[in-house]
Amino acid sequence: MLDLIDWSRAQFALTAMYHWLFVPLTLGITWIIAMMETIYVKSGDPEWKKITQFWMKLFGINFAIGVATGIIMEFEFGTNWSNYSWFVGDIFGAPLAIEGIMAFFLESTFIAIMFFGWNKVSKKFHLASSWLVAIGANLSALWILVANAWMQNPVGTEFNPETARNEMVSFWEVLFSPVAINKFLHTITSGMVLASIFVIGISSWFLLKKKEILLSLRSIKVSAIFGLVASLLLVLTGDGSAKQVARIQPMKLAAMEGLYDGKEGAGLVGIGFLNSKEKRDGGEVFAFKFEMPKVLSWMAFGDAGHFVAGINDFSKGNPDRGILSTGEKIERGKVARQLLTDYKNASASGNLAKTDSIRRIFDEPAFRDNYFRYFGYGFDDDLNYYIPNVPLTFYSFHIMVILGFGFVLFFAFFLLFSFKETLPERRFWLKLAPWIIPLAYVASESGWIVAELGRQPWTIQDLLPTVAAVTRIDATSVMVTFILFAVTFTILAIAEISIMLKAIKKGPVNHGGTK
Amino acid sequence: MFESLSHLALQHYWWIIISVLGGALAFLMFVQGGQTLIRYLGKNETERSLLVNSLGRKWEFTFTTLVTFGGAFFASFPLFYATSFGGAYWVWILILFAFIIQAVSYEFRSKAGNFLGRRTYETFLHINGLMATVLIGTAVGTFFTGSEFSINEMNQVTWEGQARGLEAALNVQNLALGLSVLFLSRVLGALYFLNNLDEATILTRAKRHLLINSILFLAVFVFFLIRLMLMDGFAFHPDTGEVFIEKSKYLHNYLEMPVVLTLLVAGILGVLLGIGSTLLKNSTRGIWFAGPGTFLVVLSLFLVAGLNDTSFYPSTHDLQSSLTIVNASSSRFTLKVMSYVSLLIPVVIAYMAYSWWSMDRRKITREELQTEDHVY
Repeated sequence: MLDLIDWSRAQFALTAMYHWLFVPLTLGITWIIAMMETIYVKSGDPEWKKITQFWMKLFGINFAIGVATGIIMEFEFGTNWSNYSWFVGDIFGAPLAIEGIMAFFLESTFIAIMFFGWNKVSKKFHLASSWLVAIGANLSALWILVANAWMQNPVGTEFNPETARNEMVSFWEVLFSPVAINKFLHTITSGMVLASIFVIGISSWFLLKKKEILLSLRSIKVSAIFGLVASLLLVLTGDGSAKQVARIQPMKLAAMEGLYDGKEGAGLVGIGFLNSKEKRDGGEVFAFKFEMPKVLSWMAFGDAGHFVAGINDFSKGNPDRGILSTGEKIERGKVARQLLTDYKNASASGNLAKTDSIRRIFDEPAFRDNYFRYFGYGFDDDLNYYIPNVPLTFYSFHIMVILGFGFVLFFAFFLLFSFKETLPERRFWLKLAPWIIPLAYVASESGWIVAELGRQPWTIQDLLPTVAAVTRIDATSVMVTFILFAVTFTILAIAEISIMLKAIKKGPVNHGGTK
Repeated sequence: MFESLSHLALQHYWWIIISVLGGALAFLMFVQGGQTLIRYLGKNETERSLLVNSLGRKWEFTFTTLVTFGGAFFASFPLFYATSFGGAYWVWILILFAFIIQAVSYEFRSKAGNFLGRRTYETFLHINGLMATVLIGTAVGTFFTGSEFSINEMNQVTWEGQARGLEAALNVQNLALGLSVLFLSRVLGALYFLNNLDEATILTRAKRHLLINSILFLAVFVFFLIRLMLMDGFAFHPDTGEVFIEKSKYLHNYLEMPVVLTLLVAGILGVLLGIGSTLLKNSTRGIWFAGPGTFLVVLSLFLVAGLNDTSFYPSTHDLQSSLTIVNASSSRFTLKVMSYVSLLIPVVIAYMAYSWWSMDRRKITREELQTEDHVY
């Protein structure tokens, strides 16, 4: 029987993953469209206008459902994670508000001109609008990822016992947190890669059918260049991301690699199959693995001999490496929470001297670094609660990485064929390309599974576990809304895909605007 | 420029911003009102398409304003976000659901392969128009009538209402506000069509619905307003923060804040002028009076709900748990940072107005829909 936490997490995962089915295409294809329109405005060639409008049409279909699935995300923090909303609202609310003011209005205002303004505004104003839509979409990604990065690595804040919440002390630290910057770049480049694959896949299908040859060849050329650059940046930022995880979320790294016992010169598992939980706990983690020696140490710490901690090092502690056990962290978390209770009691009884002295303890660096930083560990005594789902994290990570490297090769080949002008004869590649589109979605969703499941149980790393963040409501209500959203989103997704396929089959001729 | 402001001053500043966004949202809900009129004003496929396409170029303004309203409320008064959204769960979930089905309906409605068929998406728009207006109005009604919840010393919320927020619909005053928002949004929707379309048969029908909905709106809104002026309100002591019941609190607020009273009176006159000039003088510019009028009326309602030492989200279960702009707000630092961001709002309004103007220079006609590339 699933409990409140399970249903609340399931609902968040469901809505987030549905939302993410539609967002990356928007993040990437808006740049491609803006580039195509720029070529049109510079060259005056009506074929480029037709190309621009065709991809714009598909973008429009996708955009609407991205908006529909997006609104729920914002409000869900309040409806389903209300304790979270208060505990971190002082920091977390700001990026959401800025996203609305700075990005959403930009996007929605200029999207109207992009779609309806062809005959109403000047060519240059229209082109500017297309660029502003791309900028707006990616700016909105920036702010929501700043918020997400802060959950992974809460910086620029201090705990205030008076209000019992975290409060922002440095906006710039939150905004320019290295985790935020890396996450932003990794995410938008993933969108660019997905969109490029989308354009290449559909164009290849046209080429196979010997339809829209010029449109397809030109679209492939633009997207292959764009996709190759983006995929290289994607790999680079992925590497940056792994290094950050090693430092700030070492448990996640251990789960990503299925590393139970830490070691120096740890190898990177290229491909592996995990054993059942019983066997893994007994020390036999893999049924099969292909491992590259020392690569994990090198990848995570830039040093092939570096020690990488495993899941057991965290659970049981490893004094030689200065790692506290989960049990010890739980004790320290409880000390911090008891102090907060003492503060509240003193405050309620009007004992000013005592509240003052406790308040000073909260401000002491020693207390912060040794006790308050484990604040979230006091909420559950079960050691296993603090270990993320290893198989899901492990497989998602490996699927993402393998596909990511594959995409680089994919773009490189298409770019090569495009420049050698041999694309129409490359039937194998043209047949393959449409099948890469779903893989791009799989890779993209896998990335978020690693990022979010890999940090369980934390909504805020080490400070607030899901069990303390959730809205106190009957589990049935959340189950009902879960089903409501699951059914609605599934119906809408079916409609979206069906409309998209129809629009692709129809091609640009009849609604491309060059009549 | 915000460095010197006290925490209290920033709390006031942010309540005003929230009120401005609330007012803007009420004006822009002409889209929702318009959606509920489609089936009455459009008697055939072409007419309905004209109506849908007319609204379809504006719906995102409303949607984005709602999202920003939510984000700004979260950033400035997070305890409200935690209390109301988590507590009045079903009200907010239903509102969200209404907007989810709206967002796809314009784009999908006339597309080949849309799975559910054109009429279903039109029904979605109708449902969105009814639910969003009535429920948001009802939810805002609880700013005056209160909800049942308690908040402990760690600022954690326990909701005591039996139906997770839906109990608000049992209160006559809340319901009156909900219906006021519905009828007013229909008035605005009709006025918008009169301004935006060039199709005689639709416009004749729009006028008839303008008349009916104006009468209904005035009836429920006058009822709401009279009760508001007479009812007990939730005041708090500015020094101790203690919440207490004050007789005719909202009337006092209007009288003690003459500027806010002026906003209310000017707003009501604007709405009446917009309706009157359209019905009596055949003006097509009624929306430009009634729209800003709506903005001013709702702005003033938000201001009396939260300013002048008033609890904007009172608890009838435990009076001292009531939320005020003082106890529910973000820290001074965060409000200060956000205040700098708020300076962007005039820029946003400016480019929205410019794009509206450049897109609406010509009225939408049947001919345009036949030559347009992108049609809903």
